[in-house]
This record gives sequence, C-alpha cells and structure tokens, in this order.
Amino acid sequence: MAGRKAKAEELQRGAAVAAILKRRGDALVVTGIGNAVHDVAASGDVAENFYLSGIMGGAAMVGMGLALARPDRRVLVITGDGEMLAGIGSLATIGVEKVPNLAIVVIDNRAYAATGMQATHTARGVDLAGIAKASGFNHAVAVSDAAGLRAVVDDAYEKPGPYFAVLRVKSEGSPRVRVPADGTFTARRFRRALLGDEMNP
Amino acid sequence: MANAKRITLDRRKVVARVLRDRGDALLITGLGAPSFDAMAAGDSLNNFYVWSGMGSAVPFGLGLACAQPGRRVLTVTGDGEMLMGLGSLATVAVQRPANFAVVVIDNQRYGETGGQLTHTEFGVDIPAMAKGAGFREVATVYTNAELEEAVPLILKGEGPVFVTVKVRPEPAKIVLPPRDGPMMRHRFRANLLGEG
Amino acid sequence: MAQAKAKAKPKSRAKAGAARHWTADIFDVLKRHNLKQVAYVPDTGQAPLIEACIRDNEIRAIPLTTEEEGIGVLAGAHLGGEEGALLLQSSGIGNCINMLGVPIECRMPLLMIVTMRGEWGEFNPWQLPMSQGTQAALEAVGVIVLRADSAERVGETVAAAAKMAFDAGRVVAVLIGQRVVGHKNWDR
Repeated sequence: MAGRKAKAEELQRGAAVAAILKRRGDALVVTGIGNAVHDVAASGDVAENFYLSGIMGGAAMVGMGLALARPDRRVLVITGDGEMLAGIGSLATIGVEKVPNLAIVVIDNRAYAATGMQATHTARGVDLAGIAKASGFNHAVAVSDAAGLRAVVDDAYEKPGPYFAVLRVKSEGSPRVRVPADGTFTARRFRRALLGDEMNP
Repeated sequence: MANAKRITLDRRKVVARVLRDRGDALLITGLGAPSFDAMAAGDSLNNFYVWSGMGSAVPFGLGLACAQPGRRVLTVTGDGEMLMGLGSLATVAVQRPANFAVVVIDNQRYGETGGQLTHTEFGVDIPAMAKGAGFREVATVYTNAELEEAVPLILKGEGPVFVTVKVRPEPAKIVLPPRDGPMMRHRFRANLLGEG
Repeated sequence: MAQAKAKAKPKSRAKAGAARHWTADIFDVLKRHNLKQVAYVPDTGQAPLIEACIRDNEIRAIPLTTEEEGIGVLAGAHLGGEEGALLLQSSGIGNCINMLGVPIECRMPLLMIVTMRGEWGEFNPWQLPMSQGTQAALEAVGVIVLRADSAERVGETVAAAAKMAFDAGRVVAVLIGQRVVGHKNWDR
C-alpha cells in the first residue's frame, strides 16, 4: 500500500491517450480539468471534445449525463487521478445507472500535476479500479504496460459499460496545447456538431 | 450482487452490542438514525452527535483519531451519510490511523426522508470500496455470529477498520440526543482534555 | 419544446377529491418542458415529485450520492441534447457551489428545485447556517433565485423559473420555503 514502488514499466501519458483516441470513430469525449485537457487536445481539437476547465470531480458525471442523453454514441471520459478522486461518489452513481455506453479512462500519474506534482491519494495505495469495481462497473482494470494499453484501446470502445480503466503513467505533466477557453463556445460547438441545432440555449 | 443474503439484524441491538464493550472509546455519530441508536444505548460524555453536514462523520472521526492516537475512535453512521462522503475513505486510508474504526449501519434506505432506497440497495459495495481505498480491515456483517466476530475488530483491531452491518429497514423509535452544539463541544472537550 | 402543453397526467398519488399537492404542479412544469433526466437526493418534501418522476416512462430519475454530482449530470445531458432538473434540499446547495461554475460559465440551462430546511419552525439548530446562507451563496456565484413561500405559488414560480432556465438559458433555483414543506415530525 503506502510504499507502492514505481514500476519500471509505466506508460507515457501523451502517447497512451493518443493511442486511445486514434480509434475514437464518432465517440464523444469529455475531459476532466488539468493535464487531461492537453493530452486530449494534442490529438486534435475537434467539436466532439468537451473540455472541463473547472468543477474538479465533475467529469464523470458530465460524461454520464451525456451518455444517458445519447445512448447511440460511445462516451469517453478522460481525466486525471486527482480529478477522479474529487468525485469518487460519482462512481457509485454510475454503478447504479449501469450506463452501457460510458467509459472512464483515468490517467494516473499519482500527482496533482497542475499544482506542482504533489502526491495524490493513489500514490499512497488507493486503488481506483477496485473502487469502481465495488461500485458496480462492468469492467475495471488498471494497466501499466503496452499490452495492457492495447487491451484498453479496444475495450474502452467495445466492452459493455460502464467501463473503467486506470492508465498508470510516468509521473510527469503534459506539454500544453491551446484549447478554446470559452466554455460557452465549446458547449455550443459540441451541441451543433452533435445535434445540428442552432445557437440557442 | 451482494444483496442475496437475508437481512435480519435489528439496528438498535447492533449499535447497543457494539457500544456495550466500548470502554473509553470516543464516538462520533452521523446524523439521523445512527445518532438515535447511540443515544438509545446510553448518552455518554465520550459521544459526539453530528446533526448536519452529510458526509462529514468519517472525516470528523479521522481528525479526532489523529488528535487522540491513544484512544479508540469510532464513527458510527448510516449508508446514506457514508455515500455522501466516499472520498473520505481514501483520505482515511492515506492517514492509516490504527485507532480508528468506521461502522456503517446499512439499512439501504434514507430513513430520515421517507425510506427511499440508497445506492447500496443496488449493489454498491461500500466495504469493497473501503478495501480499494486501502483500509486495513474490512468486513460485512449479516448475522449475530458475524457481529460477535466483528466487535473485537471494531473496538481493538488495528485500524483503519471498516465494518458494514446490514440491518432491517424498519425505523426504530426516535431517541433524541442533545443537539446544542456548543454544549456538546464543551462537555466532550472538558471530559477528554479537562478544559472548555 | 414549448408547444407540448400536454394536459397534466392524472396523478395516481393525488387522491380523488383531495387537494392537489404542490409537487404535482412542479411535475407538470417538468413535463411541459419535456425534461428527460431528473437528478435527485431524496427529500421528504419532494418525495411525491420524485416518485412521479420514477414512474414516468420518459424521465430517467437519477439518484445521486451527493448533490453536486447532479450539476455535472445535467451539464452532460444538455451537451447531449436533453434537459433536466436537480431536486435537492437547501443543505445540498452548499455542496454544489463550485460545480455551478460550469453551467454558469457555459450558459447552460439549469433548473434547481430546492426545498428549504432550517428556517420556518426548524427544530435542529445545525440546519440554520446553511439555510440562512442559501440564497446569498447562490446569488454570489451568479444563480438567479426565485422563492415560493406558499403552496399555491409553487407552480407558477417553477413555471417562471423553467422558462428562464430553458428558454433564456440561465441557471435558476427555486427555493420552496419550509413553511410550504412543513417542519419535520420528530415524534415518530
């Protein structure tokens, strides 16, 4: 627990997220606040991305509401371990709703990269996949090597959800990628791409 | 999921049994029925009843356990209250207080608002979440025999300990504990620290 | 969405001849706006409304572990083309404040129906600080707040709030006074 040793084999976060997004097809992507935004945007700033730049702990719930509204589309939430820890109860709420088209991918660098790499609870042994499993997720895995990542790349889109994967990555931040900071704009853009509706609320 | 087993235990008897051998253990109760259960078992200067702040009973106990490493500290709360503060399980696990035990009296209902079902009724397994968080000892109790095994764990086992006791949903009669916060704070501290 | 003025569904709950319950008026508004996701933390006052939502085939009723989850759920619903409402007690508003940044900043519609605890006839002093600060806290982060302090006013107030939320795209909370809900019975 407390002294989990960093494995020699750990994933590189940018490459891991790129590998997952490479086969996103028409999947909708919600990112949690922090470096996950940059990891996702590095694969292209597309309208089907919604970047949360606030509400620490809210990403999984935004993903669930979206997945319930659009059962015909796969919804991926890509977020960090610190963000997921801030909304841990939402795993229980997803477990109850059993949302089949929702996948959550946690990029676990065991640190709050945005505030100076302070250790998060996962650095001290907290097992997010175990908690997701206990909450009633259909699948919950933690991977730290290339073979594990390959499985996630498929399963995140194909396994009946709710699906949960932890990517254990090297303890580092991500290169910054500029994304639109205007939430009104990204929300409207997302809805127009998805719903073809007008710019009204 | 975990709901196949029959639930027969009576919440009031369970709490009375756990507290019977408590000795000088300090007790924090979550709001609602667990507070009434503890009061029904007998008021004590070592009890502090939390009357609001859903989700705060476990962190409340954690702070107390860290401040009083020489004393056993128990948080007794309900499943609805616990569900509202799940992140606190991870926070407890990181601190690993050896003297702290959490007991969830799980009736799978929100008793105070009319008996609506909680997430545990749908299979959410809070002890498994506590295990995932990193609690040292975790147990789920359905029977009196299991309760007898769990009591020494709760009162003496190396913590952090997490025990869910599944109890029947019927509400027990309300036995109101004191609700004057300043009075409770004063009497608790005076008894524990010899000051106001 | 506004033209679906579908007649109020008969409330199986409201007994024939009995006075119509104020929660039935809220339910009518939710249906009129074609809401699809109703997120809630259980509440005595809104219990008939929650039950009506659970029974309704077109509404997905979503129980939460804590209120702020609902802010995220409804932001996601809006992104996906559905609207909803969050039902909670005033104590839960304290949990929501940070999360409200998203719908406010993104100009997403959000309707919150809040039953007040800790004011009219409250017995538990620990409920008072949050209730006394509820409206101020909401307004401090930019939520529009309407209040209803009598059962007859609930329906029109929620209807007005829903228009501001869904037609004007704002975050709106309706505070339903404890006088309407009644204070808690401690003599069970």
